[in-house]
Amino acid sequence: MAVVLAAAALSCVAAEVSPSLFFAKIGNFTGYIGRLFHLDSGALVVTDPVEWYWGLARWARLLGETIVMAYVGTALGAIGAFFLAFLAAANVTPARWLSFTVRRFCEFCRTVPGLVFALMFVIAFGLGPMAGVLAIAIHSLGALGKLFAEVVENIDMKPVEGVQATGAPWHVSMRFGALPQVMSNFVSYVLLRFEVNVRESAVLGFVGAGGIGMDLFEAIRKFYYSDVSAILVMIVVTVAVIDIFTGKIRHRLIGLVEGR
Amino acid sequence: MLDRSRIDLAALRARHPGHFGGAGRNRSVAIVFGGALLLLLLGMADLGFFGLNTLTGIGKLWDVTVLMLPPEPGSWAMFRLYLWGLIETIAIALLGTLVAAVLAVPLGLLAARNVTTARIVTFLTRRSLDTIRSVDILIWALIWIGVVGLGPFAGVLAFATSDIGSFGKLFSEAIEAADRKPVEGIVSTGGGRVLGVRFGLLPEVFPVLASQVLYFFESNVRWASILGVVGAGGIGLQLSEAIRTLELRQASFIILMILVTVAAIDLVSNQLRFALIGKRGQART
Repeated sequence: MAVVLAAAALSCVAAEVSPSLFFAKIGNFTGYIGRLFHLDSGALVVTDPVEWYWGLARWARLLGETIVMAYVGTALGAIGAFFLAFLAAANVTPARWLSFTVRRFCEFCRTVPGLVFALMFVIAFGLGPMAGVLAIAIHSLGALGKLFAEVVENIDMKPVEGVQATGAPWHVSMRFGALPQVMSNFVSYVLLRFEVNVRESAVLGFVGAGGIGMDLFEAIRKFYYSDVSAILVMIVVTVAVIDIFTGKIRHRLIGLVEGR
Repeated sequence: MLDRSRIDLAALRARHPGHFGGAGRNRSVAIVFGGALLLLLLGMADLGFFGLNTLTGIGKLWDVTVLMLPPEPGSWAMFRLYLWGLIETIAIALLGTLVAAVLAVPLGLLAARNVTTARIVTFLTRRSLDTIRSVDILIWALIWIGVVGLGPFAGVLAFATSDIGSFGKLFSEAIEAADRKPVEGIVSTGGGRVLGVRFGLLPEVFPVLASQVLYFFESNVRWASILGVVGAGGIGLQLSEAIRTLELRQASFIILMILVTVAAIDLVSNQLRFALIGKRGQART
């Protein structure tokens, strides 16, 4: 406990924490939140939804792009992770060194933040959704690769051994021995990752990597308060809807597995 | 050795249809996966994956990778600057996580159905936590920069607000999953609800909460390293600057530094977590 407190105190110095500044400026925060919900004319946003959502068509298109980015990124990452997982899992890996290499590779993809990859891909592919998709795909590859490998490590080895006993090669024993056991878990993790990625792709636009983040960043930077709240509400609602939807699918999947 | 020619495959297939055609071959599953794949291809086409752009981009990506090697800080002064940025990053993550954890305990209690009996309170708390959670940390950082100005303090506040949402939810779930008996025991001795929560509930859930806080600290160090991209302090500032000015060797050096730091922190907090959970295991037996 004392160690934690000491570390916290040191961090306060390093992070230039100043309570006085905080209390002096906290009014700005509530004021900021207040201004978010007022139009330029000073009226509350809800009184004039047409004015509030003046850019609905453009934002809806960008939001659609954001979701497509998240979908494609998740799918590409999941496909990669699917193949890597069987190489990385300690119990079925064809070779120890392969498992080690794949694990380190996934770790690398997971640790470097998606935004850094996005910055780099923006250099290579130019501004636009492509950079964002690749950044999401690589980050998902790292995260899902680890989770998938853990799922594979927890399987019952008997079916795999059974298939191997018939003389089947490695890929066949994976296909018929391991895959049926892990599929529902894989899908569940992918859906979870998709939820996360929708959130992340909404901010990738901050570095110019496509999606609604570009407009949001501009609105925040230029103090278009009502635009900020309009876009934020759209993002929050979309994320909530996607969460509920994928949550339903996940629960049905879990029910399927337990019902067997 | 079995003589293959003597096996009547047709008869076997008729008797055990489920054993032929392989495991897990299911039409509805195939349709779902086919549909998902089709959507993926459509999405890729929509985002311009099948253009000439992709090829030139991959070429440029190769150039970028070559330019990044070997990683080097440039000069000793730069290295010191990066090191300081890294310390700042860890400080931001640590403080933000701690503040969020402390503030989230009362919120978690409010959101737990077995502690707070007023349903309207749990409902409202949960919805506000959901809303906080669905706004990304970078957006919080931008908002706080508008309030307290550029610098690491805005990053701390961003982590504090954004993690309250996650911690509140996780804590309330841990509290709901806790055993009711200690609380009932304390209430039966005449202690009030507050004492019941303090001595019956908190000791039980504390190790779980602490291990979750550690988890978040780990992932927050990763996130803190990009907060600087929007100006909220930490090494992200130097990193994004290095990438934008195409000082790619310095950028790869910073990434390496982040990787090493994150690995070290993971190692330490893993052991801490095992110690915590081990303690709980001892208390239980």
